[in-house]
Amino acid sequence: MTNIVIDNIRKSFGPFQALKDVSLTINDGEFVSLLGPSGCGKTTLLRIIAGLETATSGDISIGGRSVIGLPPKDRGLAMVFQNYAVFPHMTVYENVAFGLRMQKADEARVRKQVEKAAGLLHIEPYLDRYPNKLSGGQRQRVAVARALAVEPGVLLMDEPLSNLDALLRLEMRTELKTVLQSAGTTTIYVTHDQTEAMGLSDRIAVVHDGRIEQVGTPVEIYNHPATRFVGGFIGNPPMNFITMPVLAGQVAIGSESFSVPTSSGDIVLGLRGETVERAPSGQGLEMQVRVAEPMGSHLLLTGSILDQPARVILPATETVRNGETVGLTLDAKRVTWLSPEDGVSYPAAA
Amino acid sequence: MSTARNAGFISARRLLLWSGIVALCAWVLVPIYLVALGALGGRSGVYQWPKTILPTNVSLQPFILFLKTEGVFQSFLNSLGAAGITVTLSILLGAPAGYALARYDFRGKDSFRLLVLLTRAFPLAILALPLTVSFIRLGLYDTVVGVGLIHTVLALPFAALVTQGIFLGVPRELEEAAWVFGCTRIQAFFKIVAPLALPGLVATAVFAFVISWNEVFAASVLTVRHRTLTAYLLTVLSESPMHYRFAGGLLLILPSVVFIFAVRRYLFAIWGISSK
Ligand SMILES: Nc1ncnc2c1ncn2[C@@H]1O[C@H](COP(=O)(O)OP(=O)(O)O)[C@@H](O)[C@H]1O
Ligand SMILES: [Mg+2]
Repeated sequence: MTNIVIDNIRKSFGPFQALKDVSLTINDGEFVSLLGPSGCGKTTLLRIIAGLETATSGDISIGGRSVIGLPPKDRGLAMVFQNYAVFPHMTVYENVAFGLRMQKADEARVRKQVEKAAGLLHIEPYLDRYPNKLSGGQRQRVAVARALAVEPGVLLMDEPLSNLDALLRLEMRTELKTVLQSAGTTTIYVTHDQTEAMGLSDRIAVVHDGRIEQVGTPVEIYNHPATRFVGGFIGNPPMNFITMPVLAGQVAIGSESFSVPTSSGDIVLGLRGETVERAPSGQGLEMQVRVAEPMGSHLLLTGSILDQPARVILPATETVRNGETVGLTLDAKRVTWLSPEDGVSYPAAA
Repeated sequence: MSTARNAGFISARRLLLWSGIVALCAWVLVPIYLVALGALGGRSGVYQWPKTILPTNVSLQPFILFLKTEGVFQSFLNSLGAAGITVTLSILLGAPAGYALARYDFRGKDSFRLLVLLTRAFPLAILALPLTVSFIRLGLYDTVVGVGLIHTVLALPFAALVTQGIFLGVPRELEEAAWVFGCTRIQAFFKIVAPLALPGLVATAVFAFVISWNEVFAASVLTVRHRTLTAYLLTVLSESPMHYRFAGGLLLILPSVVFIFAVRRYLFAIWGISSK
């Protein structure tokens, strides 16, 4: 059992609080992404788990054992660094074998493990080369192979694909998923790229400004963001937020009225642009379309709803002219209601 | 129009660059050239005026005579000994200090760096008398070890600051990767950092060697019979004819030049890193 329990971790750099009471439990064999914009504290959290940084307060246990105070080597984990950190003075073979050699594995096991890891990541042809003769993508594979070769209980990855070009990134993402699924390793994956996180993860922890805003499966997080930040950060185009007046627990949209979790004042409608349909003319939520862009697979409309900026997506078969006003039908089950004061969403209707 | 002006600007910059290079080369090379001319030109060549471009009636005799001079070989060995001590101690003490400066944040780090540089601010001449007295007391006076220790004091600040630059040039992530994959801090240092820093450390060692080899003041004050080559030559040559002095000077420069030439690639590496 190599579950990870992160309990109330705080980290300050001088007066600056990089992590504010972060708690998260990762189950055995689970793949969890830390997703958030650059500078939000993802790397800091990962480094604290690895033992490369010490937390100001809080506890971390791996496999039921607190690891606070243990040096990195005694935590039973492997890590893939953002800039690969492949040792330049060793061949690819020696790089991949490094962890095993440190464990004093016998030569036969070293060879077997290196060949297995190299096979998974397709780097067998380069085993005798030095890293400076490899491309970024190949070095990346070496870094992952080095981590997998030790068959770690826990694998930490810090933006491992961020230095690759778009095509290679897509390819590596698919490969990583296959490789890691078969290994069954408990994995924490740091990224600022939502597509990576959505595609790879069992669960995603969205990090913002030193806090975890929401933890959930990709679908949960996408459909019911816990905060305005999560909704705006995830999804392309981002979620639309439209403030509306509430009358007796109801919000009137076109000819329909929706019951909402608050009785008066204002409420924010969180609307995913692709969950709407075009309403028959004169009905539904009115959107003033400024620009209509046919994208081939769909039609992207940019404009405003109730004088607030909005972006929605309609099927490619629709035609909308610039400047036109269209009516939109909402799916009550797929909208999120948020409080206008703190931007926290109300629990999804059962 | 503007491209023409641009071209003019660029060629003016090139002119400035090249005149700078020429001036620097002249600054270093002309004295060496004059020394060589004096050494090779024989008894009359030294005083000849105007100088010829190439030495007339070249003779190697001053060199041979110089090498045969009594005590030259012994003081050569003394110089090697003092330089050996300097190199060993300044790497052994300077490299860990440089590593600490590069990798750890500690209170007073900047003051420490300043302090290290300040040791060079004391004129050795002022320290000469107290040093001599305490060296006599400690039994270090007139010994190669004593000279080596003083030269270490001169070379150490340099070694600490330069090795700091070298260790900064080894990415921290590499060391951290080593820790994660099973190394203690010491193992990571020897398996990862040391091999990558080696060229720079070698260059630092050579520089320490050159500092000790060229130092003459402390060596002259602190020794009487066991002189280093520079100190010995200073006394011997002041009583010799001019062209012997030039021959001695030229031979003294040679080891440093050869050394520096051999490690020039690494020196560029240090400068590149420590000027960051
Ligand atoms: N060693 C450090 N000293 C001071 N501030 C730091 C240090 N490491 C990280 N920070 C700060 O902590 C915040 C989080 O950094 P980081 O965890 O690297 O973010 P992320 O990986 O999410 O981009 C940033 O604002 C960064 O400037
Ligand atoms: Mg980061």
